[in-house]
Amino acid sequence: MKNLIPFFFAGAFFGIVLSKAEITSWYRIQEMFHFQSVHVFAVMLSAVPIGILAIKLSNKFGIKDISAAPIHIKPKVGGYRQRVFGGLLFGLGWGLHGACPGPMYTLLGQGMMIYGVLLLSALAGTLAYGAWRHRLPH
Amino acid sequence: MQAGRGFSKRNLMSNSILSASPWPWYVAGPCIAATMFFLLWLGRRLGISSSTQVICSIAGAGAKWDYFKIDWKNQLWQIVFVVGLMAGGLFVSEVIPGSVSPQISPDTVADVEALGLTANEGIAPKEIFSWEGLLTIQGFIIIVLGGFLTGFGARWAGGCTSGHMISGMSELQLPSLVSSVCFLVGGAVSSNFILPMLFLK
Repeated sequence: MKNLIPFFFAGAFFGIVLSKAEITSWYRIQEMFHFQSVHVFAVMLSAVPIGILAIKLSNKFGIKDISAAPIHIKPKVGGYRQRVFGGLLFGLGWGLHGACPGPMYTLLGQGMMIYGVLLLSALAGTLAYGAWRHRLPH
Repeated sequence: MQAGRGFSKRNLMSNSILSASPWPWYVAGPCIAATMFFLLWLGRRLGISSSTQVICSIAGAGAKWDYFKIDWKNQLWQIVFVVGLMAGGLFVSEVIPGSVSPQISPDTVADVEALGLTANEGIAPKEIFSWEGLLTIQGFIIIVLGGFLTGFGARWAGGCTSGHMISGMSELQLPSLVSSVCFLVGGAVSSNFILPMLFLK
């Protein structure tokens, strides 16, 4: 059980960063989608080159994870239709309520209970996907 | 609060970049990348929408649908992680002093107010994000239908912004680039066209 503790601190750190960078704010998301500021884009997209570099360097220098396996990437399988349709639906919701899953949990933790309703709705969407996925194009 | 010299928690909070509101992108971006890499080092992967699958699985949805027949005991780290997210949120609201309302662009303020919503008061407009708001047609659509779309879409696409935009793009996975572009297209459509349709009649 205690090997789960690092994940708590990773989550707490991430939640603090999301909050202090104001990624959790509906207003910031509207600002982003109206292209009236680069702040949210810059936060998300600056993480990517650093992530790319970190992964490449760890492979080059043979850095291992805690189970002594090399840091490996699982290539994504499946077609592009799931990415396009799922992505568009995700985005439609995101533009309406301004919260991806990370901010949903974080704001609930801040005491904004209405985000619990948002989370429950997302869980309902997850259930619906599980129920309907065999009828959906992937 | 007087900002002074010398090391103390108060001075750390008020003198450093940590008191900036918001944290600049060159602080937040690397922090996000660091979290992503830390999880890789722990043998896992940053992708928060999969927590919804784990939660449904723990709740027994696997009895009815294969998608939730997963080894959730091996995925408990995700539950611990999202509890951590909540704790992080609690920490910010209770412990870190001086959290202010986001100072968004005046153009955004104008756009939001044109919808009849309050801008610059807290994190989100109370007209939508409140129990009263939930009982309005717009609030219900935004929170319940919007939330449903986000949960459904993320699982269909196999990830959300953390899974595709952060992890997937850092891994140079083309499906994640496709997903990320579609996230942004979908969001631009609902933010610029559907929200006005909901509020301007």
